[in-house]
Amino acid sequence: MRERGDEWTGLMRSALAGDAAAYQRLLGAIAPVLRANARRALARAGQPIDQSEDIVQDTLLAVHLKRHTWDADAPLAPWLFAIARNKLIDALRRRGRRVFVDIDDFAEILPSEPPEQTVPAREVAAQLESLPARQRDVLQSIAVEGTSIKVTAEKLAMSEGAVRVALHRGLASLTARLREQ
Amino acid sequence: MDTDRLIRTLAADNAHRGPSVGTLLAIALLVAAPFSVAMFSFELGMRHDVMTAMRNPFFDLKFLVTLGLAGPAIAIALHLSRPEASLRGWTWLLLIPLGLLGIGIAGEMMMPQRLPMMTRLMGSNSRVCLTAIPLLSLPLLAAALIGLRHGAPSRPALAGAVAGLLSAGLAATLYASHCTDDSPLFVATWYTLATALVAAIGALLGSKLLRF
Repeated sequence: MRERGDEWTGLMRSALAGDAAAYQRLLGAIAPVLRANARRALARAGQPIDQSEDIVQDTLLAVHLKRHTWDADAPLAPWLFAIARNKLIDALRRRGRRVFVDIDDFAEILPSEPPEQTVPAREVAAQLESLPARQRDVLQSIAVEGTSIKVTAEKLAMSEGAVRVALHRGLASLTARLREQ
Repeated sequence: MDTDRLIRTLAADNAHRGPSVGTLLAIALLVAAPFSVAMFSFELGMRHDVMTAMRNPFFDLKFLVTLGLAGPAIAIALHLSRPEASLRGWTWLLLIPLGLLGIGIAGEMMMPQRLPMMTRLMGSNSRVCLTAIPLLSLPLLAAALIGLRHGAPSRPALAGAVAGLLSAGLAATLYASHCTDDSPLFVATWYTLATALVAAIGALLGSKLLRF
């Protein structure tokens, strides 16, 4: 676990230095761990585990938008699991339960479980519809259709800079909406 | 939405780099400060004998106490803006203003006084103190909350209360130059009550606004 934590820390440092590939690798590496934790917590709270993917995405968005609060001299894992724990508690509370999530739940990271049949997340897609037109179009193009920033800019007749701005704002408003729902 | 797609989207946004919480908090407080100073200048203003008062150590002590609250509260607020932060090892910082007050009270006790203790404690400005400090702190509290919203506090109500402490500390620094009550007993009673009120408002707002 320690080695994996160190690897994450290194990837996040590279990401903050501008390495988008390292960042993508980091998010790809933590997603299965977040998923396993979410499933376990939902099961323990007697909730259907098909909501786990919503929690994973909510957590990834928070990790993304709050990564400037990570102290680059500290290991990444405690910071990451503090965010994950927050999002998990939020999600369970929203579903109407007072819950206690033990921080120890995250202390021992399970080896990634074999990929189970995952129910696709719905919440992010549902909130997408309510965004301002430009943010929605950009997110629709990049996040749903998987188009690059460059092609999206051409398609929507925007500059790449404007696409980047709309993308970031879109992600931020998406997160705000998920929190308030 | 597919999680892999979301991950690729977030990676595409990797170039976006926000300011640190400290930078944003500093900017927000600098923008809000003129509002508090303007409220202070129009409604209160400095006391007329401020030049003589400055030679009174108990007048000066008020500023040490209020800044001794604001400084540590800023440090704690920034610490709490990180999700993994705990208060352990940080609360002692809040003993600084209390210790200074204690020293002041002890010092005053050892000196001969013209007025009885209760009279010094009640002072003549208690009502102004209880209104002015909370009102002057409102712009600063708003600024502190805006700054901390950029962070990711796991305990939003606590972070909001600390935002209240820091804004009350700064507001009380302004107010202290108006107030003619210099007894540490007065400060310990009324400044503390006013500060507690602002901290409570901060906690209430924080629990709503600082969730991330």
